[in-house]
This record gives sequence, structure tokens and C-alpha cells, in this order.
Amino acid sequence: MNPALFDLVVAVARIAVMLAFCLTLVVVFTWVERKGAAYIQDRRGPNRAAIFGIRAWGLFHPMADALKFLFKEDFIPDRAHRLFYQIAPMFALAPVIMTIAVIPFGPDVTLFGRRIALQIADLNVGILYIFAVSGMTVYGVVLAGWSSGSKYPLLGGLRSSAQMLSYEVSMGLSLMGIFMVFQSVRLSQIVAAQGGLLFGVLPKWGVFVQPLGFVLFLVAQYAEANRTPFDLPEGESELVAGYHTEYGSFKFSMFMMAEYFHMVVGAAILSTLFFGGWQFPYLGDTGFLFPGGAGFALPPALVFLLRIGSFVGKVVFFAWLYVWVRWTIPRFRYDQVMRLGWKMMLPLSLANLFATGLILLLPGR
Amino acid sequence: MTIGIRKVARPREMTFPESLYLVEIVKGLGVTMGHMLRNIVRQEGIMTMEYPEVRRRMPPRFRGRHRLMRRPDGSPRCVACYCCATACPAKCITIVAGESPDPAVEKYPVRFDIDMLRCVFCGLCVEACPCDAIRMDTGWFTPPDDSREKLIFTIDVLLEK
Amino acid sequence: MEALFFILFGAIAVGGAVMVVTRRHPMVSALYLILTLFAVAALFVLRHAHFLAAIQVIIYAGAVVVLFIFVIMLINVPESRLPVERATIVRVAGVIAAGLLILESAVLARRFAMPKAPVSGVGTVEAVGRALFTDYLLAFEVTSVLLLAAVIGAIALSNKKL
Repeated sequence: MNPALFDLVVAVARIAVMLAFCLTLVVVFTWVERKGAAYIQDRRGPNRAAIFGIRAWGLFHPMADALKFLFKEDFIPDRAHRLFYQIAPMFALAPVIMTIAVIPFGPDVTLFGRRIALQIADLNVGILYIFAVSGMTVYGVVLAGWSSGSKYPLLGGLRSSAQMLSYEVSMGLSLMGIFMVFQSVRLSQIVAAQGGLLFGVLPKWGVFVQPLGFVLFLVAQYAEANRTPFDLPEGESELVAGYHTEYGSFKFSMFMMAEYFHMVVGAAILSTLFFGGWQFPYLGDTGFLFPGGAGFALPPALVFLLRIGSFVGKVVFFAWLYVWVRWTIPRFRYDQVMRLGWKMMLPLSLANLFATGLILLLPGR
Repeated sequence: MTIGIRKVARPREMTFPESLYLVEIVKGLGVTMGHMLRNIVRQEGIMTMEYPEVRRRMPPRFRGRHRLMRRPDGSPRCVACYCCATACPAKCITIVAGESPDPAVEKYPVRFDIDMLRCVFCGLCVEACPCDAIRMDTGWFTPPDDSREKLIFTIDVLLEK
Repeated sequence: MEALFFILFGAIAVGGAVMVVTRRHPMVSALYLILTLFAVAALFVLRHAHFLAAIQVIIYAGAVVVLFIFVIMLINVPESRLPVERATIVRVAGVIAAGLLILESAVLARRFAMPKAPVSGVGTVEAVGRALFTDYLLAFEVTSVLLLAAVIGAIALSNKKL
């Protein structure tokens, strides 16, 4: 096969696989959110949409929702700024989709004698690319809030811009420890470095090396994704629906998709940086090797499947954690959000950075 | 007269692990997960009533949608006396009387419509009826519908139950 | 290919910058500013300065312009009350001065030969980090002191009780 053509096919295939995986999760998680919320609150949740009488626990509801969004009237409020009102949802959705480019979703595979990395683009700026691109999502919210020409969206947009800026700082700083420990910002290298063992017992995952960094990053992620307990930009008890109050039909659904996409991507980043990405605990290239010395060999195909499955499982778990947390704790007050961001998260992440540097510089390392 | 003073428990100071907040969040996550697993395993804890299939039993004195009674021979008991229409505060009953073929009965309702959109379910028509021809004991409220015309119940609908 | 991309992104950057100054509505200007910053980041990528490109987007597009927009939203001048700007002598002179500056920099760029092909391995995170913490350590630390002074100044200005 022509090498250039082969590269092209591989590139398109990788994008297609990753995009299909994330979009499927987005669709499934709109359902999981509603069903999970229902079961947590002793309700039954969506179970009515049916195809040929098959209800399948309400699994067809996302489809029904999508159709409904498509066929609703595409409405522009009278006082809205026509251009910005229409591009704001695109600003919200596009950057989140772009972030999947640098997430490695599996180990290298050999196909037709060529090694293929299961990652859309292995940039050497790695995680910085994610920061750069996901920093753009704030424009979607801010523009939506401003261009709607209404007071509640404006307040929501103001809140979200302040909140996202505040938490971006601690988000970046909380990851510095990870970069220092694994000596790279390249996600493929970070994942590869998490394959070893820590003290010969634990897998050398980010969460065991940087527990504080993990907690800080988790909190900052929730604030960045505008999810409860940090969903003040759309706090419905005071702001109706916040920045997307004036939105309807498919433009609203783009905001919805952006939120769930953010969840899925956030889960993927969390599992990549702190839970070894596609690494399966104690699984080497040839088979399991447990700390005690025991172990058994596995065929390469099974190893590959286990690793892909491990990545999928971690992503699903962390995406579920978003849902789980949302239906467990209430929303913060706005001053509490700011106090937490600047007076707790920032000093703690600086302290974490300092401590990590100190330990790495200790003699004997 | 002295004023009784009641001691109200003030919120106490938070202990250190509580003020960290994270421990309490994990506890809360445990609670919600407990609810969720319990509800997945056993469906009894779920309070939701699946409405059209499962219906709540109404108390016996519940004033529900009306029904017209029949005589033993099957003809409506109503003698078109207009008592119910007169008593009705919402003016939702429309009766058109006709001469009954039965010589023992003077009139019968040719039309007997109840506009369910206007009915306030006060039960005055039932109390006014001298023949016990109208009752509200079906134990059921007006089911929703998609047009106004369908919600004007005619005599055939009212005689059904 | 590279020249093509350079011309494309250069045109976007310059065009965006012109729009930033000429648009009437501040929000439109801010959005064009983002476009310009992105185009400049793309130019950095073309020169293999990946780290610089990422930082450009994070700091300028991700934080600085957000602050601009924040201020625009807070002031929120209705469109009818925006000032109408005319071509005054000062403005015309400014445009001429800008043209001269561009001409001068073009001449200077011809005098000092720039490397034609991008040097790979210089713009990566590792290389930039190493350069900052060895050869340019003093400049780096002095800059951080300057930023610290700015932070303290901001706090002192905003907090009257201090």
C-alpha cells in the first residue's frame, strides 16, 4: 500500500474511532444522567420513548430528544445580537471536540508492518494544547450570555468568565507536579511512564504519585466544565437557566452536547493523567506479572483488548462520577466558589508544586 | 405571664475532617450510591406511579368524572328536569329534552352534554338530581385529550360507565 | 507549502488586526483580536515554536481577551450610544507612522538574515524550559519579581484597608 495513502487512512480512522467513541458516550450519558438522577432520587426516570414497542429502559430517549431539538423552531430573540447569538453555540462546542486530538486511547499497534500510535496527534506540547483549546470554551458561554440581550444570561456569562479564569490557574498548577514526576507534557509519554510499579506494589499511576494534585485537578475540572457544584453560570434557582436562558432548539442542544462532551473529555484526561490511561494494573506486554513474582502469559490480542477496555472503563467511570457528584451535593454560593478557587486551590497547588520539587531534588533519587 | 424559653440547638463548630469537606462529600456519595443500588436491585423503594398503566386508588368520597345511570330496562334514568343544569355554578351542563316514548315517564334527554373544560367538580349536580341519575363516583378524573371538542362529554360517553 | 501557509495566516493576522481597530462595536473588535492571536499562534507553529504557540493561545486568547470581554460586558454600552469615530489629523498621522514602521521593519528584516527553514527542537517545551532556567535565568527571575510587584500593586490599589 502507498505509504502516504496509508497514513491518510490511519489518520482518518483514528479520528473517526475517537470521535465515534466520544459522541456515543455523550449520547449515552445524557441518558445516564437522567436515569441515574432518577434512581438516586427514588424515581424511575425516562422509560417511555419506544421503537416498535421496545422501551429498553428509556435508551431511545436521547434519540427522541435529538429529533425534538431538530424539529423545534429556530428562534432568535428580538433583542439578541443576531450574529453572536448564532455563533456562540459553535464557540462552545467546537473547542471541546478539538481537545480529543491528543488523548491516547490505546497502546501502539503494528499493522502491515507499521507501528501506529492510537492517538490522533502526538503533539509535543501535549496537555498545553488541551489547556489552550479548552480555554476557548469560555467564549461560548460569555458570548451566549452577552448576545442574548437579557439580564439572566448576562449574569451567567459574567459568572462563568470569572469562574473559568480563576480555576484555570489552579488547574494548570495542579498538573505541574505530574509533569515533574513523569518528566514530560506529552500525553503518550505520561501514559507510558505510568506502566511501572511504585514501591514494587502499586501501579505507578498519577493518583498514587500525586494524590493532592489529583484532588485539585478533579475539582478544577468540575469548575471548568460548569458542572455541579460549580454550575453557577446556569444556576436555575437564581438565573432561570443562566447563559442559555434565551436559547432553544438545536442551538440549545449544542450547549447541552458541549457540556456532556466536556464531561467525557474531562474523564478521558483524568484517566490519562492520573489513572494510567490505557494501562491495566500489573499487565505487561506479554501478560500479567503480579508484585509477588507470580504471573501468567496472555496472547497479545487479549492484552490489547484488556488495555483498550481499561481505558474505556476508566473514562466511563469518571464520566459517571460527574453525574454521581451532581446528584449528591448542592451548588456552591458564588463567593464560596471564588474563595475556594483563590484561597484554597491556588495555595494548595503551589504547595503541591513546591513539595513535589523538593522530593524530586532530595539526594538519593 | 412568663415567656417560655426554648433552647434551640445551634450549629456546632465543624470538626477538622468536616471542614475539609472532601470526607463529607465521599460520605454523601455513599448515600446516593446506596439509594441507587437499592433502587436498581429492588424496585419497591421507587415511589413513582406509572400513570396510565397503574392508577392510584381514589378515596370513596372522591368526586370524579360524571356518569349517568340507567333504569333496569337500559334507558337513562334522567328525566331532563334541568335541576342539575340549574344548580351548576359553572354552567357546563347542556340538556335538550324530548318527549319520552314511555307513557310512565314524561321527558328524556335528547342531548346531555357536560363540558369537562368548564366543570369545577363541585358535585352540586349530583345533589340536585331528584332521580339519582347523575353520579360522580367513577373514582377517575377527566383524562387529558388533544382537542376541546373531545372534552365535551355527550350522553353516550356519560352512559358508558 | 510552508510559504503558502505563512501567507494565509499572515493575511488572517493582519486582516484581523485591521478589523480590531476599525470595527465600531468593542465586542466585535475583541473577537477579531482572538482571530489575530490564533493566526499568530499558527505562525509560531509554522516556525516550530510549539510551546510559544500554546502559551500564546492560553494566555492571550484564553485569559487576556476574556478579561477584555468581561469588561465590555460589565460596561455594556448599548449600540446606539457607541461613539462615532472620525478620521482626525492625529489618526491619519498614526496610520502613516504605522506604515513607516512596517517599512522600516521590512528593511531591518532584510539586513539581518533570518534562518529560512524553521529550526526544529528549539521551540519544544523541554528546550524552552532549559533555555529559561540556564542561559536566561536572571531575566526570568527578574520578570517574576516584576510580576510579583504588579500583583502586590493590584492588591494595594483595590484594598483600601491595607
